[in-house]
Amino acid sequence: MARTLPALGVGVVVVLAGVALATMRVNPYLYFAGYVILQYVVIATAWNILGGYGGYVNFGTPAFFALGAYTAVFLIRSIKAPLPLLIVAGGLVAALLGLGIGYLTLRLRGTFFSIATLALSVVLQTMIINWEYVGGSRGISVIRPSGPPFGNYVVFLFTVMLGLAVVAVLVARFIERSWIGRGLAALRDNEEAAECMGVPTLRLKLFATTISGFLLGVAGAPFPYYVTFVEPNSAFALDYAVNALAMPMIGGTTSWVGPVIGAVLLGTTQQLATVTISSELNLLIVGVVLVAFVVLAPEGILGLVRRVRGRI
Amino acid sequence: MFSWDLLANAVVAGVLLGGFYAAVSLGIGLIFGLLDIANIAQPAFVILGAYAAYVMNSAYGLDPILTGILFTPVFYVLGAVVYRVYYGSFERRGEESLRGLVFFFGILFIMEVSLSLKFGVDYRLVQAGYIGKSFELAGVGVSFRYLVPCVVGVAMTAALYLFLGRTFYGRAIMAVSQDQAALRLMGANPVQIKTIAFGVGIAAASLAGALLITIAPVIPSTDRDYIGRMFAITVLGGMGSIGGTLVAAIILGVIESLMATFFGPSWSLAVSFGILLAALAVRPAGLFGR
Repeated sequence: MARTLPALGVGVVVVLAGVALATMRVNPYLYFAGYVILQYVVIATAWNILGGYGGYVNFGTPAFFALGAYTAVFLIRSIKAPLPLLIVAGGLVAALLGLGIGYLTLRLRGTFFSIATLALSVVLQTMIINWEYVGGSRGISVIRPSGPPFGNYVVFLFTVMLGLAVVAVLVARFIERSWIGRGLAALRDNEEAAECMGVPTLRLKLFATTISGFLLGVAGAPFPYYVTFVEPNSAFALDYAVNALAMPMIGGTTSWVGPVIGAVLLGTTQQLATVTISSELNLLIVGVVLVAFVVLAPEGILGLVRRVRGRI
Repeated sequence: MFSWDLLANAVVAGVLLGGFYAAVSLGIGLIFGLLDIANIAQPAFVILGAYAAYVMNSAYGLDPILTGILFTPVFYVLGAVVYRVYYGSFERRGEESLRGLVFFFGILFIMEVSLSLKFGVDYRLVQAGYIGKSFELAGVGVSFRYLVPCVVGVAMTAALYLFLGRTFYGRAIMAVSQDQAALRLMGANPVQIKTIAFGVGIAAASLAGALLITIAPVIPSTDRDYIGRMFAITVLGGMGSIGGTLVAAIILGVIESLMATFFGPSWSLAVSFGILLAALAVRPAGLFGR
């Protein structure tokens, strides 16, 4: 626990630096792009808790993200709920779904689990398409509340997302260094052996899927206010599934730093490519980088760094 | 007011659709069902086949199904190359499960995005003499654009069945799926056999893609609709049982068709994924499991 306090301190400093940046008058596009990159820090970190630590590959990231976003849409439409409530509610609903897929791991392991999560995403999208109250297939526009606490609304959302990213990373770091992380690593390497050694595999898996789902939902909850128009194709975009996978894989899945490095690198590259080249091409970049890393550097950037250090 | 006519039409349409689904699922039945390689990129290869048929059709007026057959050697080579990369990077190191899955997911994504960069996101379709024609049989309409793919799909199923059961390489593929170590002791090379099987599976995607674009217009992201269908059919059919694949495909086709007729087409996609989830959760061995 001794090293948790300094980490919390660093987190607070990062948030304060973000607030300071928010009060400065720089190019507004930076906040707009920064929000997306921070959102990917949350998504990649959340995915990594289950995928990287526990070894269960989740292709259903869009399902959780969109569930957070649509919970927010529902609450905005029905009771005009404030942003903090949206974030907590979006997280909780997605956490419930996470608990559900956690029980699925009782029967499904490895490949079958991954295919099931992919299927989950499509089933959920079909349900949203057929639910007129939250916009159906046409989508729904959301009006931002007037008068954010400071700056304009995008700047405010940027700061909020920065806070969420810091929380997500701290949670992941805590899990990694506690007995939970060691237990998850044990079941990633060999589930039967871990079970035999007395590792409570089911409880650990349920915990990992729930917390991962919660954080993914949290990442999606501010999404309606950010885009102001939510429709199923953008909320359930396959891009989230690929990015959630690619970012930790590129950074390195065994440590909390990996997803952050991957999200910042890949997120920034995508933002630059979208502005300078085209949005289709930036997706191509993600795909090619992902395949290249999986084939050539399976341990990610962290693994490369470790190898270089080992040689010296 | 319940209409028997509507029901009969929906069932016939579903059976025809099922024959086509069998064609789409054969490749994954071979690759995932028999070789245990989770090739999620298979639907992207099907879409590639559809675009090959589109290009040949719009440039030279070639029949889509003929194109599908002509392109099978190209797809076979493509599949063999992909398998070699997969083998060298993952299978040999024993890391196939997690990273191999991510590898194929990346390939799926690359192919889809490349196709939309090249062809855009407009719907593409093909022209052929039989598309648009139909006939009526005892009050049930049968259109050729569904009948032809169904017949080809059933023929493909029969061909693969005979290939696996009667030929030397087919039996070798069955052997590799049962016990690799034993095969190695018999002096055969499992990697070579698996390369052939993977190539055949991808070659099937060429023809399946041609059938797909015969039935309906295609966009690059159509592959996502078929991921669930393919795996649902393979799992339901019992992982690698070729006959089971055909039966499961027809069951899925009929259910989807009934859903589309009575509840609206927007629900039909959820059916395949719902069946997949249920099959995975309740009986992972499928209807005809080994």
